[in-house]
Amino acid sequence: MLNVGALNEGFVLDHIEAGKSMSIYHYLGLDKLDCCVAIIKNARSNKMGKKDIIKVECPIDMLDLNILGFIDHNITVNIIQDGHIVDKKALTLPKEITNVIKCKNPRCITSIEQGLDHVFVLTDPKKEVYRCKYCEEKYKGRK
Amino acid sequence: MRHLMSPLDFSVGELNEIMNLANDIEAHPDKYAHACDGKKLATLFYEPSTRTRLSFEAAMMNLGGNVLGFSSADSSSAAKGESVSDTIRIVSCYSDICAMRHPKEGAPMVAAAKSSIPVINAGDGGHQHPTQTLTDLLTIRSLKGRLENLTIGLCGDLKFGRTVHSLINALVRYENIKFVLISPDELRIPDYIREDVLEANHVDYVQVERLEDAMADLDLLYMTRVQKERFFNEEDYVRMKDFYILDKNKMDLAGPDMLVLHPLPRVNEISVEVDDDPRAVYFKQAQYGVYIRMALILTLLEVKVC
Repeated sequence: MLNVGALNEGFVLDHIEAGKSMSIYHYLGLDKLDCCVAIIKNARSNKMGKKDIIKVECPIDMLDLNILGFIDHNITVNIIQDGHIVDKKALTLPKEITNVIKCKNPRCITSIEQGLDHVFVLTDPKKEVYRCKYCEEKYKGRK
Repeated sequence: MRHLMSPLDFSVGELNEIMNLANDIEAHPDKYAHACDGKKLATLFYEPSTRTRLSFEAAMMNLGGNVLGFSSADSSSAAKGESVSDTIRIVSCYSDICAMRHPKEGAPMVAAAKSSIPVINAGDGGHQHPTQTLTDLLTIRSLKGRLENLTIGLCGDLKFGRTVHSLINALVRYENIKFVLISPDELRIPDYIREDVLEANHVDYVQVERLEDAMADLDLLYMTRVQKERFFNEEDYVRMKDFYILDKNKMDLAGPDMLVLHPLPRVNEISVEVDDDPRAVYFKQAQYGVYIRMALILTLLEVKVC
């Protein structure tokens, strides 16, 4: 059994679909943070067969976790303080996401207007469809 | 302050009020001749347009207002690399309301976010063209007397035609609307309109290929042009462009009250011999385009005429 040291303060992101941890690492901007991050890939899981886990040692207000709901709302977010799990955050699909994904429609104004945020809006929560706020092009990158 | 980005920005009730105003303008044009005295409309047209720009300008002039603007990106500061956001901030200082056409989808929305004057989307790429839809609704309501209980044939390029998509979106809000979607296989309505709009709203529709098969059942026939600029190769365009030609023989199959609409310009899809048929209302439709734009300008500028 792999043993990664317990956190004092931070997050444990559990039940990440196997293989997705690195994209989450980048989406959350963990590569830019000066904090301790442990990535466990392909851990055994009764529920999922195998899964990824990310442990982040950082102040709990440091990360915007809303984006995780967009990536995979089945991820379990455990919030750690003083070495204990103090909260489990339920993830929902964010209604709007800004500058996380880019509109790929070459006819969209975002392709030429400098300094314009790339904003996607949740238009169909049931089918988990996000559309560009400006041109309404569907984001096709979701599973 | 309100803008117009999509025909769905207005509720059915609000649209009715705007159309009532347009009909009053049609009946009593003199009453509105000075409603916008001293006000200025900026027409920011980053790509060429004949009908839309001129009808906006005619609408403002009919209201006693003035017009300024440009009719291509080359003659604007966009050619020097100015952003839409900067342009609209400047234009907000010069005018009271603005109509914007832009080849990039969503450009008028970017403008609206930075503007201190109402912005009207006058067409943004293949995305929205709300004043055309308002024109179509006014034409139908004025000439048929209703927007409910209609069987509407949409014919031609149903895949790329933004006016058709927009009209479907607007009409599904009315009771007992049925669509007959007439197109070749290659130009059928996109799945997202079929599934997310028609089926999601439980609207009756059939898809057919032959115009002749549909004519007898229609209250309205909305013809569209096959747009050359939407095709990647010339061969496909040539094969599709004359797929439908509405002529006198086909008109003979239709009922006496059926109306033919077309957003214009037409190329070959309506034979000129149909123009004199009283059921051909596409030129009247262009006139309604001026009335609805007058009503829209008054509404967005919150000008009341007693």
